[in-house]
Formats: sequence, C-alpha cells, structure tokens
Amino acid sequence: MTMDYQKAGRYFKLGLISTAALAATAGIALAKSDIVVAMQLEPPHLDPTSAAAGAIDSVLYSNVFEGLTRFGPDGSVNPGLAKGWEISEDGKTYTFMLREGVTFHDGSAMDAEDVKFSLDRARAEDSANAQKALFEGIESVEVVDPLTVKVTLAAPNGSFLFNMAWGDAVIVAPETIADIKTTPIGTGAFTFKNWVQGDKIDLEKNAAYWGTPAKLDKVSFKFISDPTAAFAAVMAEDVDAFVGFPAPENLPQFEADPRFQVLVGSTEGETILSTNNKMPPFDNVKVRKALAHAIDRQAIIDGAMFGYGTPIGTHFAPHNPDYVDLTANSAYDPKMAKALLAEAGYADGFKTTLKLPPPSYARRGGEIIAAQLRAVGIEAEISNLEWAQWLEQVFRGKDYGLTIVSHTEPFDIGIYARPDYYFQYDNPSFQQLMTDLGAEADPAKRSALLATAQETISGDYVNGYLFQLAYPTVANAKVQGLWKDAPTQATDLTAVYWQ
Amino acid sequence: MRNLWLGGLLTAVFAGMAVLSFLWTPYDPTVLDIANKIKAPTLAHPLGTDHFGRDILSMIMVGARTSIAVALVAVGIGMALGVPLGLMAAARKGSLWDEVIMRGNDLVFAFPSLLIAIMITAVFGASALNAIIAIGIFNIPVFARLTRSGALSLWSREYVMAARVAGKGAARISVEHILPNVANLLIVQGTIQFSLGILAEAGLSYVGLGAQPPTASWGRMLADSQTMISFAPHMALFPGLAILLTVLGLNLMGDGLRDLFDPKLRRARS
Repeated sequence: MTMDYQKAGRYFKLGLISTAALAATAGIALAKSDIVVAMQLEPPHLDPTSAAAGAIDSVLYSNVFEGLTRFGPDGSVNPGLAKGWEISEDGKTYTFMLREGVTFHDGSAMDAEDVKFSLDRARAEDSANAQKALFEGIESVEVVDPLTVKVTLAAPNGSFLFNMAWGDAVIVAPETIADIKTTPIGTGAFTFKNWVQGDKIDLEKNAAYWGTPAKLDKVSFKFISDPTAAFAAVMAEDVDAFVGFPAPENLPQFEADPRFQVLVGSTEGETILSTNNKMPPFDNVKVRKALAHAIDRQAIIDGAMFGYGTPIGTHFAPHNPDYVDLTANSAYDPKMAKALLAEAGYADGFKTTLKLPPPSYARRGGEIIAAQLRAVGIEAEISNLEWAQWLEQVFRGKDYGLTIVSHTEPFDIGIYARPDYYFQYDNPSFQQLMTDLGAEADPAKRSALLATAQETISGDYVNGYLFQLAYPTVANAKVQGLWKDAPTQATDLTAVYWQ
Repeated sequence: MRNLWLGGLLTAVFAGMAVLSFLWTPYDPTVLDIANKIKAPTLAHPLGTDHFGRDILSMIMVGARTSIAVALVAVGIGMALGVPLGLMAAARKGSLWDEVIMRGNDLVFAFPSLLIAIMITAVFGASALNAIIAIGIFNIPVFARLTRSGALSLWSREYVMAARVAGKGAARISVEHILPNVANLLIVQGTIQFSLGILAEAGLSYVGLGAQPPTASWGRMLADSQTMISFAPHMALFPGLAILLTVLGLNLMGDGLRDLFDPKLRRARS
C-alpha cells in the first residue's frame, strides 16, 4: 500500500511540473493582448469635434481619430494624416501632403475631400466645435488633388500646425458624421466596438491601419468616478491601468507595491484660484494682490495633493520652454496681505464665496485656502457644487467670488484676452499682446511676447496661481508604452504592450 | 435599568464633550497644520491628526456639538408641530380636521426621509440649517401619530369625561389632561428620533450636504478619510466610533426610559 501512495505521489508531482512548464511556455508565446484602462470621467458622447468635454479625447484621441498633425507624448507636434507640408513664403498658405492608403474604419478612403469637409465643418457659422478659435484664421480650404490640400490663412499664424493637432481638429468623414456621437468612425489604430453607458467603451485593433499597427488586440476603457472605488479597482487588479488617478494620497502605497508602477507626469492643467475680477472688492487690484500673498502654495500642494504638483506664478505650464517663474511675485506673506487689505479699505476683512467643483484638488484645496484667507481676515464661505451646477453658476453665470479649477487646455493664456470669460479680466493692452502674438511667427519674438503676457497677468494678480496639476497614472508593472505626461487630453494606447 | 444607565452615561459623555467644546478644545479645529498631517494617535494628539493636520479629538468634540445641535433642533421642530397636530386630531376624532391632518402626515411619511432631505438641501443649498429643516419636517408625522394614538385612548377615560362635564373645552383638556399623560411616550420617542437625527446629519454630511467646512462634522470626517482608510485607519475609526456610540447610547436610553415609564413593568418591579 505504501508503495502505491508513493507512486501516486510521484505521478502527481510530475503532473504538477508539466502543467507548470506548459503554463510557462504559454506565457512566453502569448503575451497578454488586451487591456482595461480606467479613468474618472465618462464622455457625454463620442464626437470630439462638437464638445468641450475632455473625456471624449481621453478615449478617442489618436486611438480612433487622427488629425493632420498629432501630439507626441512630449507635446511635440508631429505629422499625422499629413505626411508633410509646405508653408508659403508669406506664411499664409499651408499645402498638406496626405498619406496614401489611409482608410476610415468603414473601409472608405480618407482623402483631401474629407479634410476639406472636416475643416469647413469645424469653422462653419453653425459649427458646434468647442475650440472654434483654432480655425478662426482659415480663409479657404482647397482640394488640389486627392492627396493634397491647400489651406489659406487670413494672416500668418505661428501656431497653425499646433492647432491642427488638437482633438477638436481631427479628420472625420461626411458619410459617417450623422452617427458620430454614438458610432465614431475614424482612421486610427483602433476601431470603436461598443459603449456600455455608465460602464465602459470597447475598442478593437484596426487590422487595416495605415501606420505601425497597435500591439494590443482589445482595449476597454472603464469609468470609475469615485476615488475609493478607483483605489479598490486598481488594488484588486480589476483594471490594468488607471490614468489620471484621482486620489494622490494612495500613490505611495502603489509605489511600494511591486505589482504596480506609478507614473507621475505633468499636465497642461494650471490650477488657479479664479477670481471674479468684476465683482467688488476683487475689482481692486490691491485686494487681488492681498489674496495672492495670503496663499501658501506649498501648503496647498502638500495638503491637497500630497506633494504632487509644481508651484506656478502665472497661467503657463512650467515645462513649456517659454515659462517664466513668477512665483516670487506672489510669495506667501500674510502680513503684507493684511497691510494691502488695510490700504484697500478692508482692514477688517470682508466676506465672499468660494464655490468648489468636485475634484479633490478643488475640495481640499478650497478648505486650505479658506483657512489661509481666514488668517488675514477674509471670510470665504465654501459651497461645494457638482460640475453641472459649477458650469451653470460660475462658468456661465459668473455668480461667484472665488473658485478653484484646473485649466487643462494646452497653451491657453489667450483666455485672458476674452473680457467675457468667467473671471472677467478686461485689459486692452493684454488683448493687443495676444493679437500681436497671433501674427508673429518668429520664435524669439514670440517668446518675448509670451514672457510679457505672463508678467502682465501675474502683475495684475488676475487670479491666484496655485500649481500645475500632476498627472498620476497607476498601471500594472508589466504594461509598457503608456504616456507619462498629458500634453493634451489623450490616452494614446497605440504603442502600449504587455511585457 | 442597566440599559438606562449605560445609555445615559454614553449620551452624557458626548453631550459633555459638546458643551465643553464651547469653552475649550485641545486645539483649534479650524486651524490647519499641514506639516503634522495624518499622524497616528500620540500624547500630543490622543486621537491623531487628519489630512490637514487638524486634531481629531478637537474635531470630534466640535462635531458632537454639530450633531447634537442639528438633531436636537430637528426633534424640537417635530415635537413643536407634531404634538399639537396630534392632539388636535385626537380631540376631533373622525372629523374633517382629523382626516386632513392625518392624511397630510401619511403623505410626508410616505417619502423616504433621507432622499427628501437630500432633495431639500440640493435645492436650497447645503448647510446645517437646511439639514435641520429637512430632518425636522420628517419628525412631524412621527410625533403627530404617536400623540394622536396615545391621546385617543385617554379621551375615553373617566377623568377626561369628568373634565368635560365640568365644562372644560377640548383645547384645555388636551393641554391639561391629555398632554401630561402622553409625555412619557413622547420622551421615549424623542430619544429615538434624536438618535435617528444624528444618523441623518452624519449621512447628509457624508454626501456633502450637511454642515459645510470649516464646521467640523462627523459625517464629513468619515467622507474625508475614506480614501485614506488603508494607511490611516484612525482617521475613519474615531468619528465612526463617535457616531456608533452616540446612537447606541441614545437607543439604550430610549429603551431604558420606555421600561421605566411602562406602568406594567413598573408594577411588576415594585
């Protein structure tokens, strides 16, 4: 009997070894080819050319839709559907040479007619494009031949190629435009498969892609808005990656866990204490200056973001080569803040409102700022708003004193030239500066203009400049090729693979 | 009796904390000290600090004040409106008055109270005052029904009949003879509603619709600590325990009071 048991035991061991070996070889032969990527916000619909919602681009940019040019992971502008371009001497005419053999996911060819259609649609009178300013300078779009498009501008525009890389400028087809909000048909390396509203969007590899094919076969974007649920989903490995992870306090735990990698990149998100420049007492520059000196940025970064974030002193991204460090202009100095308030006639302080949208940088940052303002005598009454309420009351209604929000659009200092923008900054000399900048193509002169622009808004203390929002991505340690930074709202998975 | 003592003791501890917080707290719970954030309990901070470096003990003391104030006023609203309505309905039993009052109560009672409270605070803005009003409104039918049913059984008693024969009006009888005899019922129910009020305040604050910062509130402390529970459990533990123990204490006290006031049990004991 003992013999039999031993024999049985040996067979059993053998069996174990062979299954293990089988599993190992299978692992080498078939690296995982699907991925589940989670993010916080779900797109309202799937047309990047007719909505401001960044979540649409987060899912579709570069994966499904492509433009004439495209952003690289470092924010550089690279050739996209246009393999090259010629710029005329006077800087007004751009001739784009399109790639050959590009097809939409429905099989139809992408040609110059589609480019003309997309650009004309975006710049039309009745266009629903959220960034119409990108197309404003276009005078005409002409089809030269099926693979050549000539775009004529009213005036030279140094940032035209940059503008064409935006998610709002992707190329769409006239045949499929009617259903784009539910069935997006683009030219990208992934095709849209289905959308389970409130849960996920599935993409599949595009076998007929014109460029380097995607390394993944299947992609699911999952939407998890609650930070606690986000933490649990990553910890349980229900998702392979979480881009824009909402709870910075959990990042050290992921960093300490060998199963995960944490990429902390930068975004184009200038997080600012937006100030209603038309509402007394904020129409007084001394009060705004007092506000700026009452705020301790480092405490906000440490307390609200757990140390993730770069202090800024103006509305410009620190990783941009033209950035000017103006943080010293509004250094933390509560005594000076009090003196300035007294000078402005508010020695006893005043009351105002602080309306906060849902993200934790705003809610937590708001509590910290309210405490810091209280220390100099300003009583900021906090009210927490949902995004819809915030857009309604603050962004459109301009019914607020202070608010905190991150401006995530790239290169958006131009909003200060719009007097009807929600912080209502109206300075003709700054508006002139932006007009000059638009017409200037010389890089050195552009840099100088940008520096003046940054100094102007910093010196006018238009808003409280807090920090550049960090972009944390938590992913399985074996996932490679994810973007670290977020130069635009995008989750480009075309180069992602499993190790 | 043991219930009463234990419940009374727990309630007294938290009520004491709330009262003490007006005079003294170990630290100012509205002052942030980011450098000392998320510290586990130490001698300097017996219950640790939160994510802004605030002292959790101080916050719980002030939070007790918030909770108790909201629940107390809410029960007050419920009693102040519910009891007269109940007395009125009982005095005019079967009349149109009775019907209107009681059906109105049924209407309010039919709605899930916390959902309506969320609606009220969403429409009129999140604040402690709106939370009080929302919770208070839902206390009205509770007290109205209880008062009516207690009062109805009393209206057929001999001493009430005697009072009627003596020429006293319904209103006077209600106040002089009925109310004192339903008071014990009301006290017991009041204690229970008080604990429900504390839970409701914590729930509303948890979803961000109760007291707004910088006013400390147990529910918001719980919400704030949610994502940090895996590495800073003390941040969730202490406000959670405060809610648990206060509600437990009030419920035990309510039970104990009911036993104390129940004539059958009282006779059995003596």
